[in-house]
Amino acid sequence: MSASSASGTLASDISARSGAHDPYRIGRHGGHGHAGTGQAEGGPASRYVTVTYGFWIFLLSDIISFSAFFAGYAVLSGATAGGPTGRELFDLSRVALQTGLLLASSFTCGLGSLASHRRDMVWTQIWLLATGLLGVGFLVLEAQEFVAMVADGAGPSRSAFLSSFFALVGCHGLHVGLGLLWLGTMMAQLLVKGFRDDILRRLHCFNLFWHALDIVWIAIFSLVYLLGASS
Amino acid sequence: MTVKDHHEDHPADMDDAAPGQEAVNVREPVGGLQGYVIGFGLAILLTIASFAVVQTELVYGPAVVSALVVLAIAQMGVHLVFFLHLTTGPDNTNNVLALAFGIFIVVLVVLGSIWIMSHLNHAMMPLHDPRPAGG
Repeated sequence: MSASSASGTLASDISARSGAHDPYRIGRHGGHGHAGTGQAEGGPASRYVTVTYGFWIFLLSDIISFSAFFAGYAVLSGATAGGPTGRELFDLSRVALQTGLLLASSFTCGLGSLASHRRDMVWTQIWLLATGLLGVGFLVLEAQEFVAMVADGAGPSRSAFLSSFFALVGCHGLHVGLGLLWLGTMMAQLLVKGFRDDILRRLHCFNLFWHALDIVWIAIFSLVYLLGASS
Repeated sequence: MTVKDHHEDHPADMDDAAPGQEAVNVREPVGGLQGYVIGFGLAILLTIASFAVVQTELVYGPAVVSALVVLAIAQMGVHLVFFLHLTTGPDNTNNVLALAFGIFIVVLVVLGSIWIMSHLNHAMMPLHDPRPAGG
């Protein structure tokens, strides 16, 4: 029909707001001063806002499911069944390195987001790659820790404390691993498809996911490792 | 418009900001590269403080738990403001309200579990009683 639909891009926020795609004129700034019944003033938000808001809701529910693991750990952290305690098991220098890696990857992820706003493909890919490598380093350290613990007879079946520890920290590690798969997918999609609206939305959702994982890690290194090593 | 909107690739949506959207203009300290650098620096400082609380004798022993909780909450706040660009502005109301509800449920689950389970522990019979049942 119009030039906007023939341009090859998906329906963008701009075209969604035009009269052709918004016959009921519920889009923003389309009314005549007062909204229709049941509609907030101004109508629905742009697609960029609704998609990332939906992802924000998902992240919050994911954090709520993490809170169940945290609650389980908090209840069971003393139930060592005569086995090793956190004080004997936790290596704080490794945890400090893990924390540094994940924090730095959150930072480079943000720099990648800034580069994508500049439509700078090279730097976006460089920062995303840096984010991925830092994430891999984090996972390698965590895998080393888990393998060493299991080899020392401190696996998840040793005590309720260790079951809840492996469940909580392993769940976070699983999220980081899935995030890395997503990151690789985004790098490939960005390379092939370019800075399309839908790719930018996904990239933004990935950014939110990665920052949220770092927030969960703050709780883990403070309340699991540091608290466990001090008590 | 003299102030350049930082988020040029999406039309300026004056009523809602997407979560994490860098809608703040580049002059604000939390916007752009400067925001990430400040956030990164603050997060590093708070992380070092958390490790120092445990690995030095600076904090009175029984207060270590409280210090760790406070430092963790502070660092989460830094991440939310500087990395996730959450603000108190009217365009962020939906994001903040969703977050507030999430925090409410998290606190309910964690503190509720600790509270209930500690009471259950008090009410439990000792598990290592060697006597056979009945008899």
